[in-house]
Amino acid sequence: MTALPAPTADQIWVWIKDWLVIHTPAPFQTLVSIVCIVAAIIVVFASLFALTVLLERKGLGRIQNRYGPNRVGPFGILQPIADAVKSLTKEDIVPRSADHVVHYLAPLVLVGASFLAYAVLPIGRNMTAVNLDAGVLFFFAIGSATELAVFMAGWSSRNKYSLLGAMRAIAQMVSYEVPLILSSIAVVMIAGTLSTSAIVDRQARFTHGIAHWYVFTPWGLAGFILFMIAATAETNRSPFDLPEGESEIIAGYFIEYSGFKFALFFLAEYIEMFAVSGLGITLFLGGWSSPFSFLAWIPSWIWFFGKLLVLIGCFIWVRGTLPRLRMDQLMNFAWKFMLPMTLFVILSAGVWRFLPATIAGSAALGAVVRWLVCALVILLPYVTLARTLEGGRKIEKREYRFAE
Amino acid sequence: MFGEGIIQGLVETARNFFGSYVEKDRLVTVQYPEERHHLPEATRQFPFLLYDGPDSDAGLRCVACQICEKECPPRCIHIEKSKDKKPDFVGKQQFYPAVFDIDVSVCMSCQICVEVCPFDAIRMDNEFELSTSNRFGGLLYTKRELSKSNEYYRRIHPTEAAETDERRVKEAEEAKAKAAATAAAAKAAQAAAAPSATANGAVGNGAAPKPADQPAENKPVSQ
Repeated sequence: MTALPAPTADQIWVWIKDWLVIHTPAPFQTLVSIVCIVAAIIVVFASLFALTVLLERKGLGRIQNRYGPNRVGPFGILQPIADAVKSLTKEDIVPRSADHVVHYLAPLVLVGASFLAYAVLPIGRNMTAVNLDAGVLFFFAIGSATELAVFMAGWSSRNKYSLLGAMRAIAQMVSYEVPLILSSIAVVMIAGTLSTSAIVDRQARFTHGIAHWYVFTPWGLAGFILFMIAATAETNRSPFDLPEGESEIIAGYFIEYSGFKFALFFLAEYIEMFAVSGLGITLFLGGWSSPFSFLAWIPSWIWFFGKLLVLIGCFIWVRGTLPRLRMDQLMNFAWKFMLPMTLFVILSAGVWRFLPATIAGSAALGAVVRWLVCALVILLPYVTLARTLEGGRKIEKREYRFAE
Repeated sequence: MFGEGIIQGLVETARNFFGSYVEKDRLVTVQYPEERHHLPEATRQFPFLLYDGPDSDAGLRCVACQICEKECPPRCIHIEKSKDKKPDFVGKQQFYPAVFDIDVSVCMSCQICVEVCPFDAIRMDNEFELSTSNRFGGLLYTKRELSKSNEYYRRIHPTEAAETDERRVKEAEEAKAKAAATAAAAKAAQAAAAPSATANGAVGNGAAPKPADQPAENKPVSQ
């Protein structure tokens, strides 16, 4: 038995796992290690789900000048427990004409695939469950499995609304997966690796006290915004929540699910949102690293979850602000705006890579020139695209003849 | 065109979000079981029966005329007339309802019963917290549950109640004056008849007004 080094706040969770592992008999050490990691991921992100649901309901309420839930416990903080009890005790109804096996499997596949994505997310220093060389690739491959589960649910329910919802979901997810992956390709190009841990390591360095986060570059900023828009669509969140548009198709692909299976769909949706936000943090926001060197003493996992909560807050904010898109607007936005913009982000990243860091012996001049050129590579197409897509249509103030 | 509308929208929602913590008048929600709105005077839910005085049986204004039962469009009122009579507020002997039921699950709060009642006996209540765990009997209100005092009526509909009270006081005074006049006339008639009483005394006594028609004080009515 080897002695462990004294635990630090940064490595406390790793230390606890190592301590548990060295106190188990040798044949079971691998098993205990795996169980520890899996249990930690499931417990932490499931509780984050509960917290987010509460925050979302409270936040949306405040955005709409309401109180939000405030009945269960002080300030309604026990609302998630009440919701859990409710969904667990509700009757589980399966339509008689449904494909029972597929109908049963769909939520399980969805939740399983959503949780698998966390395998490659570095949620702290030395805290990646599986440090794959092709981590980003693995993430997107697993992300595509959720589309399968969504269509399983939509098809097996034998309901026109669920099928419509599933078709919308597939169309949307396939369309937005393209800009999602293309915007992360820029990062992969610059970092020169597909490993998520290595990408974070590249960003966890400091020059003049400021970290090398990719979001601090013009292509990184644009890429991050495009990535988050595509991520919103990928996780079917408002304003891209057409697959479950209540006003047209009631609940979309999970219309025929009730009780705990419905709760699983709900859980999977949020788990996917956390996962894709986590990837956004890993790729653009420096993962677990701190933005300034004087803040580096704060434990790495606090940085990761802090950034995650900020992104969740932005998701809630956007949900409380924007109305749902129409299907043609959604598709036009994906193929006519997102796709060209991500291509220009890749171009800009290439320009950034090959422009010299110093011009005429001056690092400052080099940085300014690099910034300007890369920003122009993105801004010019942006302005042109925005003008073109407007299509010469003049938006006038609409006059309501009968209302008012 | 460049997404500035989205930014404006985000600013607006952020202002709402933070404003709701600072400005109390942004949050218009009334926290219902703890706080409640003052109900407007014209609020009406379901009918109730009015009684005067402390006793709900003796003072019940309803005389079981059954007009409301006949007028009620959804037929939610059921009345059974009493066999005996009791005096009303002016002292006239009247029937009273032995059974008076309203099925508030059928009632549509149209207030027609109130409008047709000639005795000011039925009025609209503003009580709306009527949920019950008994699905079948819980919403069938009997006479006991329907009877509410005039003080209660004054409290929930002050203007209406004042008007009704004024009218009833006037009616009672008129009835008293009329009764007094009748009594005086009867006395005068008796006095006039007295000289001839020696001739046919037994017949003259029979013509005198019956004590039952007098504005006698309320005698207890057994139920």
